[in-house]
This record gives sequence, C-alpha cells and structure tokens, in this order.
Amino acid sequence: MSSRDSIFADLRKSLGRTESLGADKVAELQQRSDVAREDERPQVSGDLIERFVVKLTAGAGTVTRVRDASEVPRAVEQYLEEHQLPPKMVAASNGLVGSIRWPDGFQVEHRPASRDDRVSVTGAIAAVAETGTIVVSSDNESPTTLNFLPDDHIAVIETGQLRTHLEDVWSALREADEMPRAVNFISGPSKTADVEQTLALGAHGPRRLHVIMVG
Amino acid sequence: MQPVSREFKIHSSKALLDEKLSAALARTQDGFGGQRAAAVEALPEFQKIRERALRIKNHTLEHLDYYLEKFEREVQAAGGHVHWARTPEEGRKIILDLCEQAEARTVIKGKSMVSEEMALNPALEASDIEVVETDLGEYIIQLAKEPPSHIIAPAIHKTREQITELFSENHAQYGLTEPVTEVADIVHEARTVLREKFINADVGITGANFLVAESGSTVLVTNEGNGDLSSTLPKMHIITAGLEKVVPTFDDLSTMLRLLARSATGQEFSVYTSVFTGPKRNTDQDGPEELHIVLLDNGRTEMLGNEFREMLRCIRCGSCLNHCPVYGSVGGHAYGWVYSGPMGSVLTPLMVGLGEAADLPNACTLNGRCEEVCPMSIPLPRMLRALRVRQFEEKLVGSRVRASLGAWTWLATKPRLYQAVTGLGMKMLARLGRKNGSIRSLPLAGGWTQARDLPAPEGETFMQAWARQNRNRGARQ
Amino acid sequence: MKAVDKPASTENPSPSVGLFVTCLVDLFRPNVGFAALDLLEQAGARVDVPQAQVCCGQPAFNTGDEKGTKAIAQGVIAAFEHFDYVVAPSGSCAGMIREHYPVLFAQDPKWSGRAEAVADKTWELISFLNDVMGVDDISASLDGNYTYHDSCSGLRELGISHQPRNLLSAVRGLSCSEMKDSNVCCGFGGTFCVKYPDISERMVNDKIRNAVDSGADYLLGGDMGCLMNIAGKLSRDKVDLQVYHVAEVLADRTDVSPIAGRTPEQRTRSEDS
Ligand code: SF4
Repeated sequence: MSSRDSIFADLRKSLGRTESLGADKVAELQQRSDVAREDERPQVSGDLIERFVVKLTAGAGTVTRVRDASEVPRAVEQYLEEHQLPPKMVAASNGLVGSIRWPDGFQVEHRPASRDDRVSVTGAIAAVAETGTIVVSSDNESPTTLNFLPDDHIAVIETGQLRTHLEDVWSALREADEMPRAVNFISGPSKTADVEQTLALGAHGPRRLHVIMVG
Repeated sequence: MQPVSREFKIHSSKALLDEKLSAALARTQDGFGGQRAAAVEALPEFQKIRERALRIKNHTLEHLDYYLEKFEREVQAAGGHVHWARTPEEGRKIILDLCEQAEARTVIKGKSMVSEEMALNPALEASDIEVVETDLGEYIIQLAKEPPSHIIAPAIHKTREQITELFSENHAQYGLTEPVTEVADIVHEARTVLREKFINADVGITGANFLVAESGSTVLVTNEGNGDLSSTLPKMHIITAGLEKVVPTFDDLSTMLRLLARSATGQEFSVYTSVFTGPKRNTDQDGPEELHIVLLDNGRTEMLGNEFREMLRCIRCGSCLNHCPVYGSVGGHAYGWVYSGPMGSVLTPLMVGLGEAADLPNACTLNGRCEEVCPMSIPLPRMLRALRVRQFEEKLVGSRVRASLGAWTWLATKPRLYQAVTGLGMKMLARLGRKNGSIRSLPLAGGWTQARDLPAPEGETFMQAWARQNRNRGARQ
Repeated sequence: MKAVDKPASTENPSPSVGLFVTCLVDLFRPNVGFAALDLLEQAGARVDVPQAQVCCGQPAFNTGDEKGTKAIAQGVIAAFEHFDYVVAPSGSCAGMIREHYPVLFAQDPKWSGRAEAVADKTWELISFLNDVMGVDDISASLDGNYTYHDSCSGLRELGISHQPRNLLSAVRGLSCSEMKDSNVCCGFGGTFCVKYPDISERMVNDKIRNAVDSGADYLLGGDMGCLMNIAGKLSRDKVDLQVYHVAEVLADRTDVSPIAGRTPEQRTRSEDS
C-alpha cells in the first residue's frame, strides 16, 4: 500500500468509516458555505478610508492621498525626494500603474525586481480596511519580486478598491478564472522582533511601504 | 531533531540557573502576554470569532479525508504536486529526492516546525546540500547550532551580545568583520548575508500555516517576508505541513487569520499573509517552476481517532507557551524536542513516544492558563491528564510513586482508620514545628522541604476537634 | 467554567449544607474549617460535617490513577448526596467534584447520575456565600492591606475572582492592594511541587516577589494547597507577610497565628527577647 493510501485508510479508521464519504454527504459538503456573520467579524464602522489609513500607519506603512491618477507621478516624485532616492525604479505594467506617464528623467523599467533595485511601484487588486492591508497578486505584468526585493515598495491603489473585510477579497478572487500563483496580503514594511523582542524594520522585505491612494 | 526529552529534569534545572535566560523569558512572557491581552481587549468580537474557529476546525477534522482529497485535487489542477509522508523518515526521503532532482546545492528555508519534526536540516547537510534558515530567529539558532526554543520566536533565549558574537564568528567569511551591536545593525547584517543566499538558492522550503481545500492553496504568515523570498526566487518551492492544517474555504481562513496574529504576538494582522496556488504560470515572469507539498502524518491520523483529536485544532500560535508559568521558568530547550510548553507537552509524547517524554505531561501544575488563552479552545490540561492516565496504565509511573499513592488511596477510602492515623501524625508534626511555627526538613518530604518549610499543623485535626466539641455539646445538653 | 449557570441565590433560606472540610484543612488548619462553619451558619445554613470524609481524590486523579480516584470519589458521593449543598473551603476540591466527577463516571451507568447530582450542588465556600446565600454583612475586622492570590482551579474551573474581593471589601479596616499576576499559578500543583521542586520554587518566588511588591500586610487566598506552598516559602525566606485563608478573615478568626509570617505582636515579642 502506498503511503497515501495507508494515510487515508488510517484517517477513515479514526473517523469510524471504511469508505470515503457517500455521494449525498459529498454533495452536502460541496454546498457548504459558512461565511462569518457580522458579529463574528471585527466591526468596521465609520469611514473605510480612514480606517485603512489608521491601521496601515499603525503597522508602520505610510499613505499619501491624491485626487486623481494624474497626480500620482508627482506623489512618487515627492516620496523619492523626501527619502533622497534617485528617480529610478522597477514597476508593474498593469492597471493604473501601467498607464502612468512618468516625468522626464524618470527611469522606469517593467520587469521582475533584482537584487539591486531600490524602488518598486505596483498596483493592487484590493485593499482591506479591516486590517489596513493591500492585496497584490502575481501576474505577467506584476511580478511578485516587486513586492519583496526592493527597499521601498510604493503601491498605488484607488479608493474604489477598498473592501471592508477579508471575506470581500476572497469573493472577488473567486470570480476570476483561476487563482493567481501568489496573492500577497501586505500590511506594512517587513519587520522582525527576533532580537530581544525589539522591533526592527526591513528584515528581508521592503524597509518601507508607501501607499498612494487615488480618489 | 533527536528527542532529548528524557533529560527534562536535568535541562530544566540548568535552565533555572541561567540568569540571562530567565530575564529573556520574563521579557517574552510580559511582552507577548501583555500585547495579546491588549489585542483581545480591543476586539469585542473575539469570543464569537473563537467559537466560530472551533466550529470550523471540528467540522474539518470530522471530514478530514474529504478535505484532504479535495485539497490534493485542487493542487494538482493548479499544476502542483502533493506527497504523503507517514513518518518523519518518509518526509525526509521525499524532500531529499526532490532536492536531488533539482540538483540542489543550496536550500533556503522559511520557518517550518514540520521540517524540524523531520530533522530535515542534518539530512540535507549529510547530502552535501547547504541549508540556510532565513527567519532571523531561526538563522541565529542555526548559527548557534541549537534547536528553536519557541515555536514563533525561536531565538528569544539569545541575548544581543550572544548574537553579536555569533555574527562575528560566522560573517567574517563574507568580509563583514565589524562587530554589530545595535538591533537595527544586526538585522541589517543578516539581511545582507541572507540576500545573497536567497538569490543563489536552488530550492526554497517553507512551512504553511494553513492549507485551503477549495483552491489547493497554501497560506504562509510571516512578518519578515523571508517566506515570500524563499517561495518566489528558487526554481523549486517545497512546502511542508502537518495534514491537520487544512481548512475548507477562504472564508474559514479569514476567521483563523483573525485569531492567529492576535494570539501569537498581539498584532492584529501579520505583515505578510501569502496565498500560493500552484507553480509559476506560463505567462508569469517570476516564481518557482515546480511546487511540491509534503504532508506529514507522524501520529496525526491516530490522534484523530482518540482522546487527543482536539489537539489537531492547534494553529501553532504559541500563546500557550507565552502564558505557561513552567515554560516561563525553564524555557523551550528543557522540553527536549521541537515543540515546547503546554502544546509541546501534549504533542511530544504522542509523536516520539510516552516513554521518551515521561516528564512532560507531569511537569505541569494543571493551572489551566493555557486553555484559557488558546484561540482554538484546546483543553490542554485535560490532555496532559489523559497522558498521565496512559502512563499509569502502561506502568510508566515509578513503583515508589505507585506504592505511596496506593497506600494513600487505600487509607483514604477508610475514613475511621484514616482519622485515627492522621490524628496521631499531626500531633507529632505539631510538636516538631512548635518552636518556629514551621518545619525545615522532614524525612520523605524532601521534595517539599528542599525549597520551603512545612507550615506546622495546629495539632488537633479538624475531625478530632469537631468530634470533641460535639461530645461536649452533647454532654452539656 | 460552568459555575455561573446556577441560581444567584437560594430559595430555601436555611438549606442543609454538608461541609467538605478537605484534607489539608483537616490536618493542618482546622481553624479554616471552623471559620467555614461559622460563616455558613451565620448565613443561615444548617451545617453538618459527615464523619465519612477524607479527600476528594485529586492526588490519585492527577497521577492518572482512575481506579483509585473512583474509589475515593464514590465515598465522597455517598457521604454527601443527601445534603442540599456540598460546600468546601477550597476551589480545587470543589472543582474536582463539580467538574471532574461527572466526567470520571460518564461511562458508568450506576454512578453517573449520582456523580452529576452531587456535582451540581457542590460549591466553593466563598462563592457559595456570595452567589448562593447572597451574604453581604460581614462582621469582621482586620487592620491593614491585603493582596489576593487567585488559585487556579477556583479561578478557571469555578469562576471565582470577584466573590472573595467583594466579601473582603466588607471587612472593617481592611483594604486591597492587588499584586501583579495575581492569577498566575503559585507553583503548588499538588504532587508537582514535590516532583519538580526547583521549577515550583521559581514559580513561588515570582509569586512572593509580586505579593511583597504590592505592599500588602496580608496575603489571602482560598485554597490551602497554595497557601501552604506560599507560606512555606515565606517562612523559609523569613519574609514577614501574614498568610490567612479568606474564610479566617471573613469569620474574624485571625486571632491565631497566620499560616506564615508573624503578627505584629509576635514581631514585637521576638524583638524584645
Ligand atoms: S495549543 Fe492553542 S495556544 Fe498553544 S499553540 Fe496551539 S493553538 Fe496556540
């Protein structure tokens, strides 16, 4: 007997059965949908944007709000100036980020990040007010390394992408054809407290996470 | 790792004398404990969420074969592979074969307790594969050649000075010769060294906090982002997990995630929660070519069928460790295997054998604080007691203990005789303690009087005094 | 924690109560037993102390000896089942009867009903006075500050936490100063403290440090096991913190020597000599 079969035989024995579940039961389990009720989720009251900003900044992320997409390049520029970074970055090529017209003098490459990239710019498929989280998913125009290798990760999201709870993100993902290879929920810059319980930023991932919120 | 739980007493006594360890443990327990309390306080729905999590896990376990099959099918549909390991040896073999296929020379690892169960690192090293732990805590103890002492904060027992020294010894080979003493600098140096390892690794091995049946996804929760680099950069990603880690849907996952970070570190949500489904797609520009998931049994299917099923609800948050006064006194290494604290005292005997870990179920006052803070409402004290019952039944309890307990039970079921014997005994004890009000040493009570005096009894027992007063009352009436 | 699903006060103003003295009170501290008697009688209960009582069975239970535990438990059930209530001046013994007896006999058709019936009417003394008898006038006095140690079984199995503090607040002259980690185990744990004396010592040291740091004159608790552990350590370390059972204070029976520590008079006397 293969290990797999023997494990399943043991599982069933422990569950007091000899066979896999009958068709009726399977049909019932396939129908199962058990979504947390209101009182089984953290209450998110008031303004979603405000909540998102409060939670994200509590996790050491930063946020700038701009009125529309045309203001994004200026916001990026300000961020780079503030941190004395050269206008050189790797960026996703999809969505709003893909359509940005960067100012002259900006070197923007659309490719996966490599070891020496300082700054990345990506979009997001959603953001969650409950936890102050942005959700970035992998695809051909938004390689995952952009979210992890550079020191500074700038994410551009639109207020319309803001969801209340985690559950709202899953339902959107389910509607797509297939799950992307990686869906990254990111709630701030990389952190560790492994040395004497003292918090330090930039353990392995970005040292800074900056969100530009459009709208 | 090889279990050394047999030496619990020796190791715990040593640990108690280690002042640096005591300070580190006090800091961790106050820190994690306080932060958890604040996080729970700030979430009025916490109890409701906890009840829901309990329901979800019980449902999943009741249909575990179904959900695992579903998970497997979905993984395959997404282009990944699932491997089944009954024992740690089988798990090791599967992973070694995969590494061989990938012609791996360097493996980077995210934190995985299941790979610790498998004692994977020494096996890889024996095959001339360089293994590098990338969770900062795990990296530190790998340099120190020690096992983790806490499931979520593996290096809490190390002081900054010790880490400075370890880095000096080990990083000179990379030209980093300046000793680093500040926390930020330590973190930066580790980042620099490990960045190279990430870029050059052939295989990444990580654990998984959850498996999602509906989509065949694995979920990894970290604060550092090391798991994401381990899973994205190398051409092969191997995920190790216990087979109890599955949840049916993403909606179920949401509930678990709300409990995990709060219970572990008191964070509302960890920095990175990553959901991986299958390997790199044709159109993707990065990500692993191959994705393998190794699911380990190691006693879990058996636990499913006995009084330890509820232990399979454990999400490895570490809260029970952070609130256990015994763990807080002796630290994780004393427990002698991968898992420590209350959850370790239940799991270790079940995974490595009760005879190997006879002290663990007993080294507990059954104070119940662990169960109180366990997000999955696992009745840890009840399970520790159940292990004691097994020990007693399997005659793993020493003959001296059995004999004295037998004598007590015999006497305790004969109240008149008991009262006569104890009446005399207490009179004698009272005489011993008359001068000081307490007794400093007493034959056969060395365990008690090693650390403390025995408060002297009043002399007359309650039952004697009661009988006397009743007689007097009767006489007066 | 099932204790709270009982009625908050009893319909019957003078119920019959079987006092389960508990072995440690019987042997070491009869004063606590008499304090319990006084308090129960003052509250209007008709109290009796069945002769056929020894121990609730915890030593055997916590060593994994189910057979021995059952033998002892059957004795307790038989001795106490005819009372309206069973009351013990100990959270761990009351918890044993309330929480564990029914599980112990769950598979035993002859005993399960009886075990449950006794379990349902078993109470720890202080919570019985507070929650069932609705006691609110306490005619005791004691000068100084107390700090209260929450014994684990009472706290977590029976939900005892506010009741002793509530009743103690009615003691004239006494005020409360809480210690850090009052709800953390003192390291007693029955046989634990003799099997793992050095771990137990660390735990009781932490407890004592927190108690002393609270600045209290008295350390009070509701379980003799914990109190003897703490008192024994205080005595070994010659720390003057007076240890009493809550019942002794509530019944105004603090004229006897504390379980550990010296009364102010004792201190003056020894300084004089
Ligand atoms: S037993 Fe409970 S508290 Fe302990 S690690 Fe598991 S889930 Fe967390």
